[in-house]
Amino acid sequence: MRDFTSTFFNFDILREVWPLLAEGLWMTIALAVVSVPLAVFVGLLIALAQEARHPVLRCLIVGYVDVMRAIPPLVLLIFIFYGLPFLGLQLSEYPAAVLALVVNGSSYFAEIFRAGLESVPRGQREAARSTGLTWAQSMTYVVVPQGTRNVLPDLVSNTVELVKQTSIASAVALQELLRSAQIAQGLTYNPTPLIAAAIIYFVMFWPFVRLVSRLQNKTVTA
Amino acid sequence: MDAILRYFFDFSRLSGYWPDILHGFLITVEMSILTVAIGIPLGLLLAVLRLYGIRPLSALIIFYIDLFRSIPQLVLIILAYFALPYTGLVLSPFLATVVALSMVLSAFAEEIFWAGITSVPKGQWEAGRSTGLSFNQTLVYVVLPQAIRLGIPPLTNRAIGISKGTTLGSVIAVPELLNVTSSIQSNVANPTALTVGAILFLALFLPFVRFTRWLERAYGHPRH
Repeated sequence: MRDFTSTFFNFDILREVWPLLAEGLWMTIALAVVSVPLAVFVGLLIALAQEARHPVLRCLIVGYVDVMRAIPPLVLLIFIFYGLPFLGLQLSEYPAAVLALVVNGSSYFAEIFRAGLESVPRGQREAARSTGLTWAQSMTYVVVPQGTRNVLPDLVSNTVELVKQTSIASAVALQELLRSAQIAQGLTYNPTPLIAAAIIYFVMFWPFVRLVSRLQNKTVTA
Repeated sequence: MDAILRYFFDFSRLSGYWPDILHGFLITVEMSILTVAIGIPLGLLLAVLRLYGIRPLSALIIFYIDLFRSIPQLVLIILAYFALPYTGLVLSPFLATVVALSMVLSAFAEEIFWAGITSVPKGQWEAGRSTGLSFNQTLVYVVLPQAIRLGIPPLTNRAIGISKGTTLGSVIAVPELLNVTSSIQSNVANPTALTVGAILFLALFLPFVRFTRWLERAYGHPRH
């Protein structure tokens, strides 16, 4: 048992590598606070563009969204980081990771918002327009708020997935939490830093995972 | 435009590498199938076990699903590959990836099956039991078919999302499609291999993504 704790939960080692992990955690947060709002915003724009009911535009958007949902995010990141420099577009690790997360995440958000907007009855749009609101106003004040509420569990769940995905940035050597933990494990020959990182991720996401379960059960019974 | 063709579509650079690419593609397919084939039945089993309402067991199942839904897949793969050996359990990169991903999928599947089971009206249970079926018979013949049907769209979405995670195996050197194509890219100093990789990933996953759109229409209401 003592052997087990000194291997997997070694506090001396944890104290030693903590600054490294904390630095990584900040980078993970820095990735999340930039990528999530951007992905939500772009996703909403893509969903709103489909409101235009322009068949060609719609086809293009659906094609784009489906392709981006079918491509694994790590493939996208590797492509951006190692492929784009051949075209003269050299992004460093952080912007490359943000771009991959936003392109991938926004496609999922676009689908969720589209479902949300479609769940709002047409009459709501007509009523809003007939009171003299412009299209933009009726979307902003009437349709989007209702549509968003209808898909709230999916929005929260997708946000959690997107933030979890920041860990793939470690593959291009961006020193976020996972990468820091791996470096720390390499320095100490001990898995404690990896376990610590897993626990940090768990503590960060667990409340949201619970929240999603509760929101979803509420929708089922409602 | 010329640069795009020269760098991203110069297939002549790949001569001699096609067998490697095909092999990588097959490993990706194999890992995806294994992950789904282990993850979904395991999720169903957990949901059914939770239904029996044995307190400590249910608590354990809930802890399991919360754990595997909260920790990023790549972190779990790294743990399975680099931390498990300290317990004496050494998994190959291939197995570490499949085990980690199947557990994640089983956690999400449990949640989906559980939501499906609990949304079957109580009257269905009562009707089943009153015709003389046992609890288990009612579960298998009446409740589960309905619960599984409800779960198909969200399960398909999750299965695609987590199968795409097989690319994470490249980080621990599983010779799957991404790993193979990105090492070819650095060998020949030309990213056409990445283009081929991306096309093959699309060929594999895009039909399923299209299928979820069809499912959504068939089931009438969009839910993820």
